[in-house]
Amino acid sequence: MANYTENELAKDLENQEYKFGFTTNIESDKAPKGLNEDIIRFISAKKNEPEWLLEFRLNAFRIWKEMTEPEWAHVQYEKPDFQDITYYAAPKQTKKYESWDDVDPEMKETMTKLGISLEEQKRLTGVAVDFVMDSVSVATSFKAKLKELGIVFCSFSEAVQEYPDLVREHMGTVVPTTDNFYAALNSAVFTDGSFCYIPKGVKCPMELSTYFRINEAGTGQFERTLVIADEGAYVSYLEGCTAPQRDENQLHAAVVELIAKDNAEIKYSTVQNWFPGDKEGKGGVFNFVTKRGICGTNSKISWTQVETGSAVTWKYPSCILKGDNSVGEFYSVAVTNNFQQADTGTKMIHLGKNTKSTIISKGISAGKSQNSYRGLVQIHKNADNARNFSQCDSLLMTDTCGAHTFPYIECKNPTAKIEHEATTSKIGEDQIFYCLQRGISEEKAISLIVNGYCKEVLNQLPMEFAVEAQKLLTISLEGSVG
Amino acid sequence: MIKIENLHANIDGKEILKGLNLEVNAGEVHAIMGPNGAGKSTLASILAGKEDYEVTAGSVTFEGKNLLELETDERAKEGLFLAFQYPVEIPGVSNINFLRTALNEKREYHGQEPISAKEFMEMVREKSKLVELDPKLASRSVNEGFSGGEKKRNEIFQMAMLEPKLSILDETDSGLDIDALRIVAGGVNALKSKDNATIVITHYQRLLDYIVPDFVHVLFDGKIVKSGPKELALELEEKGYDWIKAEFA
Repeated sequence: MANYTENELAKDLENQEYKFGFTTNIESDKAPKGLNEDIIRFISAKKNEPEWLLEFRLNAFRIWKEMTEPEWAHVQYEKPDFQDITYYAAPKQTKKYESWDDVDPEMKETMTKLGISLEEQKRLTGVAVDFVMDSVSVATSFKAKLKELGIVFCSFSEAVQEYPDLVREHMGTVVPTTDNFYAALNSAVFTDGSFCYIPKGVKCPMELSTYFRINEAGTGQFERTLVIADEGAYVSYLEGCTAPQRDENQLHAAVVELIAKDNAEIKYSTVQNWFPGDKEGKGGVFNFVTKRGICGTNSKISWTQVETGSAVTWKYPSCILKGDNSVGEFYSVAVTNNFQQADTGTKMIHLGKNTKSTIISKGISAGKSQNSYRGLVQIHKNADNARNFSQCDSLLMTDTCGAHTFPYIECKNPTAKIEHEATTSKIGEDQIFYCLQRGISEEKAISLIVNGYCKEVLNQLPMEFAVEAQKLLTISLEGSVG
Repeated sequence: MIKIENLHANIDGKEILKGLNLEVNAGEVHAIMGPNGAGKSTLASILAGKEDYEVTAGSVTFEGKNLLELETDERAKEGLFLAFQYPVEIPGVSNINFLRTALNEKREYHGQEPISAKEFMEMVREKSKLVELDPKLASRSVNEGFSGGEKKRNEIFQMAMLEPKLSILDETDSGLDIDALRIVAGGVNALKSKDNATIVITHYQRLLDYIVPDFVHVLFDGKIVKSGPKELALELEEKGYDWIKAEFA
């Protein structure tokens, strides 16, 4: 006992508090509603996490408590009650629907229009179904191939157990817990997500898609993704899917961190189609996401997103161009219809010399929706010869929607070249008439015109994803010209 | 082919067509001439189905069907083609994709299979020669960055691809130099057959040196006030429209 120090005493007390202060049965599959340190300890214990990760969470929670929810975005919504959320529920294998007949016919129709196979539709809607042998074997051979190359692609929880050093070294280095309200919240309570590591010099030979992972464990509303491309590595990563996703969780606050080390490249593509709420604007997911990547020397990060879902979107996939000669790209299509609101854009932070960034943003507003582009281009004083090109286009489908552009430029180096172009146009009645006169139906005409307008962004998506995204755009805007 | 009887039409409450009659049979070329504001382009727009106009009286029968009851795209699929005075630009949509969509919509309407890629590309090659359209333009976005002459040639190229029964050329000669005019007219003439018909709307007799009409009509104040053989066009060229105005105003 002679060595018993104050620190150890403190630790004991802390453990005691944990032991007695928390009433929820550790065997339970669900945490009670609300958020406090005990809940966080519960989540961490449930996931059998190492001490440092618990500390990471608790620290984030303390920071979050001091923060206030941001209000600067051009969106209006009823703020969630953070004490009325269940922050942990064990991933259950229960099926959402007992049989295929129970699935909403409208949803089935949409998926059929998207060209999703029946088997895939069943899987996506969570219908109890004997698993298609095909996709199981595809997934297995896929994993074997990756393993051969030393690529790690697994759930975040698995990574914490299997690759704790990689996780600990990189997590929170791009999006620090202090970054913003939702990032702090996510850091405190995230339940799962994806982890990907590409070793030095390895070019990942296939598109890594979360499709393959989601089968295994449902990801929660506070998802965390960490993608690391080591020196000279390359990866193309696909997130989300075009099928409409309904979720009982209204609030989604994800964090995505990308790390491209020297001479590495990460291409990150998202197609997002969360339930946007009904035609009256009721329900729908709030999607408050923090996505950011950091570039080493000669490296490149490219974000491509096609966003058609969510009632409220708050999302700015960004690049920190730290290494000299690094490149950041942002290609975005954001569609809002009915009562949807989106405030989305990017931040390009130029720190290194000869850094280059490109921003192509295409907003499409229909119905009574509000669609905002918000972007920051920041050139720091050591970023000699930095270059940026931004193009922000807005397309209005009706007289009742809104399109807004908030571009911020901060330049502290006189050698920088920054270009910004912006246009706002209404979908041309003369364009539609021209198509109709050639025998093209109105629906197809709108699809042609809108896909043409988004072409520069769609071209950035991997082929199959692009085809689905095109169909998704058409469906999202069906009957929306007014 | 088409029979227009006592057609009256308004735009924003103002009467533009005031009882127009016209009949065009298969194998014929009709020219409609007239001063500015007579209603020439209005007639083209109404036949094509532009919504801005309200038909208040009269009837239009196209190949035995009540044209005015058909939707704009149905009229096109039935074989009515309008070569626009001001062809519209559609950024990001390639001419090829646009035409293939149009062609397949038409084929589907008539219960035919979609055209194969090979067959389609052969057709593009063949038809683009008709109007000496640079094959590169076929893969560019619809009319985007085209010169005035290229746009008009593209209209006739589309007409050649879609093989309509009735083509209406709305001021196709406007903005064309003499060489382009000859090329465009050559394309129209090459497409002429005993089964199709053409209505040429123009201000000037010039175009009619190249596309020789069977009949010439003078449209004035919303009505066809005079019809005659191709010589009527020459007479108009010589005397201008003042005597028409004096006679019929």
